[in-house]
Amino acid sequence: MSLRLDQLPFRTPATVTGVEWTSLTPIEARRLRNLGLDEGVAIEALHGGPVGRDPLAVRIGRMMVAIRRSHAQAVMVEATAT
Amino acid sequence: MTSIPLVAVVGNPNAGKSALFNMLTGARQKVGNYPGVTVERKSGRLSLPDGRPLELVDLPGAYSLDPSSPDEEVTRDVVLGKQQGERLPDALLLVLDATNLDNHLRFALQIIALGLPTVIALNMVDLARRDGLEIDPQALERELGVPVVETVAVRRRGGDEIKEALSGAVGAARRVRAGDGAEERDIAALQRRARAIARAATVGETGARRWTHFIDHVALHPVAGPLIFAAIMFLMFQAVFAWSEAPIGWLEDLIASSQGLVVDAIPAGFLRSMLVDGVLGGVGAVIVFLPQILILFLFILLLEATGYMVRAAFLMDRLMARVGLSGHAFIPLLSSFACAVPGIMATRTIEDPKHRITTILIAPLMTCSARLPVYAVIIGAFIPATSVGWGVGLQGLVLFGLYALGIVGALLAALVLRRTVAKGSHQGFMMEMPKYQVPSIRDVAIGLWTRAMIFLKRAGTIILISTIILWALLSFPQPKPGETALDSSIAGKIASVLEVGLRPIGFNHEIALALVPAMAAREVAVSALATAYSIQTEDETKAEQSLTEQLRGRWSLPTALAFLAWFVFAPQCLSTVAVTRRETNGWKWPAFMLAYLFALAYLAAGATFWAATALGL
Repeated sequence: MSLRLDQLPFRTPATVTGVEWTSLTPIEARRLRNLGLDEGVAIEALHGGPVGRDPLAVRIGRMMVAIRRSHAQAVMVEATAT
Repeated sequence: MTSIPLVAVVGNPNAGKSALFNMLTGARQKVGNYPGVTVERKSGRLSLPDGRPLELVDLPGAYSLDPSSPDEEVTRDVVLGKQQGERLPDALLLVLDATNLDNHLRFALQIIALGLPTVIALNMVDLARRDGLEIDPQALERELGVPVVETVAVRRRGGDEIKEALSGAVGAARRVRAGDGAEERDIAALQRRARAIARAATVGETGARRWTHFIDHVALHPVAGPLIFAAIMFLMFQAVFAWSEAPIGWLEDLIASSQGLVVDAIPAGFLRSMLVDGVLGGVGAVIVFLPQILILFLFILLLEATGYMVRAAFLMDRLMARVGLSGHAFIPLLSSFACAVPGIMATRTIEDPKHRITTILIAPLMTCSARLPVYAVIIGAFIPATSVGWGVGLQGLVLFGLYALGIVGALLAALVLRRTVAKGSHQGFMMEMPKYQVPSIRDVAIGLWTRAMIFLKRAGTIILISTIILWALLSFPQPKPGETALDSSIAGKIASVLEVGLRPIGFNHEIALALVPAMAAREVAVSALATAYSIQTEDETKAEQSLTEQLRGRWSLPTALAFLAWFVFAPQCLSTVAVTRRETNGWKWPAFMLAYLFALAYLAAGATFWAATALGL
């Protein structure tokens, strides 16, 4: 079952199944790649900001990254079966 | 002439490069600038085990050799030997965060492919173990083909081994790079290889509870998080005043006794007047604020070193988004509370140009430490030290109000700027959130020492020179009988012209006089007022009066309040203007900054003066 990252419940380990790189600007895409986002990596939403749970604190691989919900929409994920 | 071998320290941001650099070089560091750019060049010396000296240069953190900021550009150019003012390094010291190998190895692969002799410091192995992560350095060595040394830079572990490895690397020949480098440019392919290597080198991984996540459950909690943040901010500003009281007293005594010594040693005349009124009186009035400035920097250094700073940015992101900025802008703005110059330099990490220019333009509105002398003197003189209840003092409340006015002014300015001159483009907020760490006392001490030196150098140069010039302009020509020194002097005449424009907002002759040299730096306003009143007072008994008493006798309350309001906005700092020019490559933005902030200062001071007068204060 595929979800968008912003729909993924908190603290649910998942895997990135696809990223709509074209929906991001080239700068944003490069920055997210630099922060380790890629198809196939482990991902987990850990915390949300105080207002509207935005931005999200997301674990990508072993790194914690802050990302706004609007950008999280470009990331497709699938919850890892436990 | 053979030059000392040069080794450049490279690595991702948050890999612990600076801590490693501090461990290897100690306090013997030189901070300079690369020609043409504002990127700092931090270098230091160390001795190899065989006695050879080595120069180490700390390069800005980078995610890849495909630069996305001026900082990363310098890193790329240095390792390629293309940076002006820097020779090609003889070897590279590559710092990797052991807890974040998959990510840091990508940049490592790019660096190793350059073919320069390279040594890897596998840093933060203690944090990796804490997280239940066991990495085999030999396996990493095999995969990468360069020596790997385990280090814990903040705990000063692994230094000797690094020096050992460096002595082998320096003097080794460059290797021919394999392939055409195409793979190094394909970031996705590189990343996959990095992950594969990280997997191969990871020998054990238990699901140990990660401290960082544990702390973040509280620190980023939607309710507790903002409360903790507010408490930290409150503690910070409280400490700036509470902890500094005693050391300020010592400095004041020291200055007063030096003045006494000069008075005893030198006969009355120009030299004595220059030393006592100009140098000691003027510069001394600024030096006494060193404790407050250091406490403020201590907090900011601690917030950064512990990893909390990015959490604060995370909590503030929504609020910043309201005015068209992001949490990213919050970090330079918080630094600007200490000083706008490092704050403006810190905006370089903001990739979006419109975002960045807005942040630069509002950074001077954060109440920097140079304003403290001004605020403290005026508040001390005019606001009674009474309590308004619940243990809150009126003086503290007024000071808090001035900080708040600066913040509100900055947010409103951002809102307007993002809809007018810095319109468009929206980058959002994407940031690495580093692990929490217990900061190393040594690293914080080195940071504080550097800041103290910068401040004292400023006091010894800009402030000293402008105070002496002002003293001279105030002392010549000598007053004729029946004239006061202030009216007859050159400075007095200049001030009289300015006063015409400043009279409507309640400013008097001495304020007009102080504002001119205060263009160099805000705190000069205090030393200028001190010098002006000290020269003006012929009567020996009156000269003993402190600046506070002088002000009380000469200014009305509305004037004092207007003066405070002026300094909330007025961009009176040459260093800020200069750094803005360098960072924006031209005079357009610094000119705009000067114009809009002076306009705001004039309006704010005027409104305050008229309102206070109308209220009959």
